[in-house]
Amino acid sequence: MTPAIISLLIRSTWETLVMTAAAGLISFALGLPLGLLLVATGRDGIAPNRVVNSVLGAAVNGFRSVPFIILLVALIPVTRLIAGTSIGTTAAIVPLSIACIPYYGRIAEVSLREVDRGLIEAVRAMGGSRWSIVREVLIPEALPGLVAGFTVTLITLIGASAMAGAIGAGGLGDLAIRYGYQRFETGVMIAVVAVLIVLVCGLQFLGDRLVRRLDHRA
Amino acid sequence: MPEGVAPDLPPATTATAPMARLRGVSRRFGSVQALDGVSFDVQAGEIVGIIGRSGAGKSSLIRCLNGLERPDHGAVEINGEDITRLNERALRLLRRRIGMIFQHFNLLSAKTVARNVALPLRIDGRPRAERDRRVAELLDLVGLSGKADAYPAQLSGGQKQRVGIARALAASPSLLLSDEATSALDPETTRSILALLREINQRFGLTIVFITHDMAVVRALADRVLVLDQGRVVEQGTVRDVFASPQAAVTRSLLRASGVDGEGGAHDARDH
Repeated sequence: MTPAIISLLIRSTWETLVMTAAAGLISFALGLPLGLLLVATGRDGIAPNRVVNSVLGAAVNGFRSVPFIILLVALIPVTRLIAGTSIGTTAAIVPLSIACIPYYGRIAEVSLREVDRGLIEAVRAMGGSRWSIVREVLIPEALPGLVAGFTVTLITLIGASAMAGAIGAGGLGDLAIRYGYQRFETGVMIAVVAVLIVLVCGLQFLGDRLVRRLDHRA
Repeated sequence: MPEGVAPDLPPATTATAPMARLRGVSRRFGSVQALDGVSFDVQAGEIVGIIGRSGAGKSSLIRCLNGLERPDHGAVEINGEDITRLNERALRLLRRRIGMIFQHFNLLSAKTVARNVALPLRIDGRPRAERDRRVAELLDLVGLSGKADAYPAQLSGGQKQRVGIARALAASPSLLLSDEATSALDPETTRSILALLREINQRFGLTIVFITHDMAVVRALADRVLVLDQGRVVEQGTVRDVFASPQAAVTRSLLRASGVDGEGGAHDARDH
């Protein structure tokens, strides 16, 4: 590989990391409240509300059933509105986040739902408010699952960000398609895949370690 | 009751009303009548055991006493105040003066022992220094001073329930509710937990209402017993009387099931 290709590879890796990190943080910041709302407004939740629960559930399912590549194109006007442009790494963060918020919302919902109901009752019995239940029980008790789910989400984002190359987002996927596939540069393809493997394994390793540190259950 | 124990209640009712009074409490879940016109009083400082088979309505009943369960009909008075009329906010304040312990301890796995015990005080907005002082006192009381920084998963069942008791006592409640607190423990641990509850009752005059399915627990801990069957109180009286001459068939079958009879009572927790 030429030095030009290597510098391209480094730049693409950086773009992928930027997209994954930014969309990941936004998905966590908005997906966690979404998951909390889904659990809280559920039938056995701490603030049951059928209407809110069904509307949220339907919206989440709606977004999640649209293939990402279609969402990417369909969201171009929204992307332009938020990012000022629909092309490039920064612009790609918008559709990536919008696709990923409901994804992480569901993952968070599953972890939060698994929290032992007895713990919620204990905090209610000591006079805790709903907010106390969220702050003292739901989030801390679900934290290992929330972090493990976030790891999965980040890895999914690495994959999804490759598709964002379709709107000129750059990143490793874009590099693999333009050089590895369209120009038959097998070396580039192999290099991209190798970098992706390192990224995914590294993330999974760090995520697992963090979960072990947070988990006091066993 | 001495003045100042419950300063937020009108003195006229404080002086005369029992600690807790249920009047015609009924609660229905779908087609199941969990509670069917239950009435009884709990006097300040006494230990009342409520016994019944599973599904007899015990859990619903004890949850009516701190408003976790709202009866469909009837009144639940705590210190003379009908709590079925309280809104959620007022109920939360009431619950801060009522402790509760559970069969499966319900300790927060992500918090250390000290932070579990401090939680009721945090929820009540007490300052850090007071919380730390109180946590040290309580861990000393339950014999777990060395375990402040341990996590619940590192403790034995008996130790977990001691933490549960310390936590329930943190906000200095006047009433302690116990939901099958010894049912998940082995006999020896059960004895030590019952002895601790007795000790707390005697040292602090804490009123205790507990539910159990085991007559041996009633004999070891209770002053008075209520037998619940299909949502109704079928028998009540002092432990001595009920054990000596059980009237209801359910009571006799519960006595047989627990392997205790009317005689003896020599190995009471209160002898320790």
